[in-house]
Amino acid sequence: MNTVARPVEMGAMRSPGEASRVNNEVRLSVEQVSYAYSPNPTQAPLFTLEATSFQARAGEIVAILGPNASGKSTLLKLIAGTLEPLSGRVLLNGFVTHSLNARTRAQRIAMVQQESQLLFPARAWEFVLQGRHPHGRALRFESATDIAVARNALAQVGAAELSERWMAELSGGEKQRVILARALAQQPLLLLLDEPTLHLDIAAQVDLLHGLRHLAVENRYTVVVVTHELNLAGEYADQVVLIQRGKCLRVGAPGVVYQRELLEQVFQTPLSVELGPSGRPRVNVVADREGK
Amino acid sequence: MRPLTIQRLFLQCAVLAGILFVVVIIALKAGAVEVSLFALGRDLIRVIVHHGGEIKSDYGLIVMNIRLPRILLGIFVGASLAVAGTGFQALLRNPLADPYVLGVSNGAALGAILALLVSPHLSLLPAVADLLTPLGAFLGAAATIAAVYFLGRHEGQIDSTTLLLGGVITGSFLAAIIMFLMTSETGSNLRGMAYWLMGNLSTSLQPTVYWILWIGFLLGAGAIYTTASDLNLLLSGEKEAMHLGVDLPRVRLVVYIAASLLTGLAVSVSGSIGYVGLLVPHVMRQIFGSDHRVLLPTAAFGGAIAVVIADTIGRTVVPPAELPVGAMTALAGAPLFIYLLRRRMA
Repeated sequence: MNTVARPVEMGAMRSPGEASRVNNEVRLSVEQVSYAYSPNPTQAPLFTLEATSFQARAGEIVAILGPNASGKSTLLKLIAGTLEPLSGRVLLNGFVTHSLNARTRAQRIAMVQQESQLLFPARAWEFVLQGRHPHGRALRFESATDIAVARNALAQVGAAELSERWMAELSGGEKQRVILARALAQQPLLLLLDEPTLHLDIAAQVDLLHGLRHLAVENRYTVVVVTHELNLAGEYADQVVLIQRGKCLRVGAPGVVYQRELLEQVFQTPLSVELGPSGRPRVNVVADREGK
Repeated sequence: MRPLTIQRLFLQCAVLAGILFVVVIIALKAGAVEVSLFALGRDLIRVIVHHGGEIKSDYGLIVMNIRLPRILLGIFVGASLAVAGTGFQALLRNPLADPYVLGVSNGAALGAILALLVSPHLSLLPAVADLLTPLGAFLGAAATIAAVYFLGRHEGQIDSTTLLLGGVITGSFLAAIIMFLMTSETGSNLRGMAYWLMGNLSTSLQPTVYWILWIGFLLGAGAIYTTASDLNLLLSGEKEAMHLGVDLPRVRLVVYIAASLLTGLAVSVSGSIGYVGLLVPHVMRQIFGSDHRVLLPTAAFGGAIAVVIADTIGRTVVPPAELPVGAMTALAGAPLFIYLLRRRMA
């Protein structure tokens, strides 16, 4: 079980390679997972995800990339165990994620989704304490441990000062930090994020990815993030899973996956790929002659 | 951070219990016959220590045989509707949901009326016949909430507006069936039924029915309370709640059945009393916050206080005539409902 480490400021970053040195065991194993969606069993499926495989270790960040409707979020739900695969399986520390009951799953897997509307007002600390729910009985009152974990989670994402604020009053970036803090309060092994940078300005996006990199190393989380941000994924991810129309085209380090021809084919736009100052690939959109 | 502690929960409930006690005393005193506080206290103690037979005076009989049962019924009905409303609002993720708006009260009323119409044709023991109306109301309520729930679902998620519209339409459809049944009934029953439908607490009940009501309340409210932490997580959405370890199918089943039971029991003895299940949770949320571990018990007290006050005003404002309690709650509740609706749209 992870214990929440001492509070540290977001932005402190270690080199990505350090992640794999921290721990070498395979924690997440996605084995030939496929899925098909059809509104009723007699019809041909509207959407299929072909067999996809990859593995991730503790402390690693995996980015799932691809155009809209390519199956990124479906793959994330399959990993989370909320969808049952048509074939294959997802193992987290040897357990099939789909077979875990809801409470056990929530103790091991935390999901940060695109921002959702709260029905009634809640303060940030109340929201973060919700992350302790899977660790208690049905009618529990929060223990001193729960409160300490929630406090640390807020501090870890640099949101300690937001504790007493109403969720509705927070900016997009602040809210995203609090949502992330709730996921940390679950003390999971696997942290899943579905487009967490959506609606964030560039500074908040960089801040979030910096923070994730740090958390992955410090708390030994395995992080899987669905994103559209090619450059952020290239900068911070240890592995990239590239998906197009339900087909996993390539899995590997950003430097391996970010090939100009491949990315142009997937995203249907002229691109250039070069090495950035950090030694990681950087993708630029190339304007064509009509200035598109 | 100020997480809820059991001491704070008890303190808040104790304050509300104190207010309810004061309201009950005022309600016992209020009415066409004046009663002194001393006589009231003496007779109350006699009832509590099972020496009710020693109450001789006329006013004593009025207070203990007419007003007290009516107040106790008001407490039961108010608490039941408020707890059911709180459960529906959290589960359906709709702040405007309540047994009345969702048509569940009408479903329960139809179930109760059908039971009343059918029972003379069945040769049942009196004890079983007493149970038939609450049972019919429960089944009517459960069937209605199931129908409204399916009407309000869109692509696997609950659509708030569709759900509300579905409830209103279902409610008016059921009201039409009730009208049809009532007009096909003859004479004296009609007036009684119409008055009952408007919501009133003057029904005299067998002692066994009282027991059924209170046991039903404890079972229903207790079952909903076991899901209080889960309902807190549902405020962020069904998917998020599932990711936080909420067993959604179980919570849904428990709250639907328990809230239908509470609504069914309340409607079977008092008709449709609107707005209590809607507004009381809102007021309590403003005072005590959105944590259902506090909200459910405080809403129960709040509902009881609201209904006892409404009924007391209803029977004292134009003496000797009595306004049905349902009319009183609607008079106060409808403007407040419109205010909430407009504030939500703003």
